[in-house]
Amino acid sequence: MRFLLPLAAFIVLVGFLAVGLGLKPREIPSPLVGKPAPIFQSPRLHEPDQILSSKDNLGKVWLLNVWASWCVSCREEHPLLVELSKSGIVPIYGLNYKDKPELALQWLGQYGDPYTVSVVDPEGRIGIDYGVYGVPETYVIDKNGVIRHKQIGPVTIESLEKKILPLIKELQG
Amino acid sequence: MTPDLLNTCGRKQITLLLILALISPLSWAKEAAPVAEDPVIEKRMLALSEDLRCLVCQNESLAGSRADFANDLRREIREQLKEGKKDQEIIDFLVTRYGDFVLYNPPIKPTTYLLWIGPFAFLLIGAGILFFYLKMRRRQVEEPPLTEDQHRHAESLLKEDKGNNA
Repeated sequence: MRFLLPLAAFIVLVGFLAVGLGLKPREIPSPLVGKPAPIFQSPRLHEPDQILSSKDNLGKVWLLNVWASWCVSCREEHPLLVELSKSGIVPIYGLNYKDKPELALQWLGQYGDPYTVSVVDPEGRIGIDYGVYGVPETYVIDKNGVIRHKQIGPVTIESLEKKILPLIKELQG
Repeated sequence: MTPDLLNTCGRKQITLLLILALISPLSWAKEAAPVAEDPVIEKRMLALSEDLRCLVCQNESLAGSRADFANDLRREIREQLKEGKKDQEIIDFLVTRYGDFVLYNPPIKPTTYLLWIGPFAFLLIGAGILFFYLKMRRRQVEEPPLTEDQHRHAESLLKEDKGNNA
């Protein structure tokens, strides 16, 4: 009886710590989910003299994937993106974040290019508009141009199957 | 200073370095000018970014972080200040993009009630437990009065003691 109270307190503490271990402090919920995706107009990576406007994507569900050749974890998710683009389920647009075009092109040549179009953001300004603070990040944007989901960090099979693909299906529906 | 540098330095050089370190704040102020361009804006930018969190190294402020990301945001703040935006407008700009998490001084609203009130609630709970514990303890520690027999026994012991000492 004497030790019951400290033991109970200890168990509660362990419970808190266990939950704390599972939290991901790096994944900060984005206030932009549910809000219109910031509009950008930026040169394409492959054809720098052509400008892509995100407005052109209204009416379709699309993914915006923030990537860079210097980003190590982008390499991790890249095969999945290549596979996804081959499936033709959803167009993936790339935001080449704070990168050098020649390195970016070389990187795509080496690992494959899953992007319908990649636009460049050499100074990270579009990134700031989208609340990007780590690369890679992936946004699911619906037909009305509203951000419906933000994936922070590399896309994984699990996040694709559990969240992204069902959401795309629902939005396309 | 890197360990390498220390090893190559003789005592004289170290003295020289120390002297340089002492007078350098003055010289730095001059060197920093071209980057800052406008000292007033730079000062406002620093004051603002002291209260903002760098999302990459989360225990650093935007002002103190050397992360590339913090650099970008400082540039953004600087530019917006130059455009004549008010501090609050810039804070709102960042909060709509990064959420309350960028604020070191988050607003009081339902999602942050626990954060703001929690510590005081715990203090109150702790004080309550302490109060009841002390009350209970006093009751336990309080000596029950002696019975008639014990009283007599004690009395006789005391008398005996006095007799021995005399």
